[in-house]
Amino acid sequence: MIDTEGLTRKFGDVTAVDGLSIHVKEGEVFGLLGPNGAGKTTTVRILCCLIGKTGGEARIAGLDTADEADSLKIRQMIGLLPENVGLYDDLSVWQNLDFYAKLYGLGAREREESIGRFLGMLDLREKRDRPAGTLSKGMKQKVAIARALVHDPGVVFLDEPTANLDPEAAKTVRDFILELKKEKRTIFLNTHNLDEAQKLCDRIGILKTHLLRIGTPEELRGSLWGSRTVIQLAEVTGSIVAAVQQQAQNRVVVEDRRLVIDVTDPERENPDLVQAVVGAGGRIQFVRELAPTLEDVYLQIVRENS
Amino acid sequence: MRLSVAWIIASKELSIFRKKKSIFYSVIIFPLFVSVGLPLLVHTLMAGSGITSPNDITALLSVINAFAFFFIIGAATLPTAIASYSIIGEKREQSLEPLLATPTTDGEILLGKSIGALLPPLVAIWIGSVIFMGLIDYFLFGELGYLYYPNAVITVNMLVPVPLAALTAVELSVIISARVNDVRTAQQLGSLIVLPFALIYVLGEVGIIPITVTGLLLLSLVLFIIDAALFRLAIATFSREEILTRWR
Repeated sequence: MIDTEGLTRKFGDVTAVDGLSIHVKEGEVFGLLGPNGAGKTTTVRILCCLIGKTGGEARIAGLDTADEADSLKIRQMIGLLPENVGLYDDLSVWQNLDFYAKLYGLGAREREESIGRFLGMLDLREKRDRPAGTLSKGMKQKVAIARALVHDPGVVFLDEPTANLDPEAAKTVRDFILELKKEKRTIFLNTHNLDEAQKLCDRIGILKTHLLRIGTPEELRGSLWGSRTVIQLAEVTGSIVAAVQQQAQNRVVVEDRRLVIDVTDPERENPDLVQAVVGAGGRIQFVRELAPTLEDVYLQIVRENS
Repeated sequence: MRLSVAWIIASKELSIFRKKKSIFYSVIIFPLFVSVGLPLLVHTLMAGSGITSPNDITALLSVINAFAFFFIIGAATLPTAIASYSIIGEKREQSLEPLLATPTTDGEILLGKSIGALLPPLVAIWIGSVIFMGLIDYFLFGELGYLYYPNAVITVNMLVPVPLAALTAVELSVIISARVNDVRTAQQLGSLIVLPFALIYVLGEVGIIPITVTGLLLLSLVLFIIDAALFRLAIATFSREEILTRWR
């Protein structure tokens, strides 16, 4: 549905996006992670036909973003939530949404139904006649989301949808994105909120001008290290460590009263490890899995490439 | 270019204009002053000095003809208030990006904004001109014995150079607004457009440039050429690539 091949954008001597190749399937939630200035917004702007590219290809549903005729068709089938909500402060919530619905060619009845539906879903019905400028940040963000969806687009681009929102408003927005995911819309999410990416995205690309890594959250976490088993003991003795080392072939680190053991197949290896510890006289308090977080992965990949 | 899309944008601009009282009043005060103030001035002059000879009448009509030029000056200045706000307001509210993401062309957005900036001043000026003509006729009918207005000069004036001058102001405002972030600065820079028109007015008053149908049509030709050049510049300035990557 969203395809880029060697996508490049330069601003003078500065390269904002370098050779980006990604393929997002229909109905997939794809997250683009990266630090500020990584080229995430530039990528979204190219895909939404807002700015041109200087190299490579970008297509939405097979339509070329660089082709003038195609770009109008693309803009009809996508919805964009930009980083800044960009509402008309003097117009009411309803007038803001009605204006955009008209631009997308919706008739009077369709506009009424669609706007009413999204105001209901986003709990904005009571605010419909309030000037947008008088709303809180969270409310404005919800109106902007409704604006991006008012024409029922199949592809939605969300650029930092929860940035600068308080935790409650951010949760509401995230829950709404999960609703969109259930509706099988293709969602392209720019974020530097790792927790958000992990919760919402089917696949994640880590971008820092060029694409550093791509995969499912699990694949990315697995790429840093496999799995680790942590065994917390009442007391760690040399005989226990020796017994575990013999079992785990020297992939053991002792941290205070904990043994951190690298395992390749936890379901097969853990029972033997526990048996070795108990056999060596160890008193086990807890056994748990230590999996790398997306944050661990992200930080390591970005640092490696800085 | 789809006029229906441009009209949707123009309607939105007009909705915002109605809520901006300061801009609304700035657009109606000038035409009100010209349409009521100048005929009253004529009336006061007539009452004070009296009209005693045909030469007095000729001189008075010449002054009144030149007064009509004020409508061109108004047309060249009033749209800057709306056009500047229309673009800088969107820059400040950061509302251009979602607008540009809709299935509209740059030309449709620019046309919609231009219509939104042109219509209120033009309507105010045209209504003002009707009041102006009515009052002048009311005050002069006794001396002339016939209705002076409407005549060919003011008809040409209101239908050709007035809209063209308003268009010049809008296009200039678009170009200026792309480079500044403050509505007042844009309006002040845009209002400099009044200087050449004021010069033409003075030259008309002293009889160097005749305020006749031919003179107005020649002025219109010059304005048309300027508008065509500014239009190309405005289109180049108002492209989504420029707006999102160069506008600050």
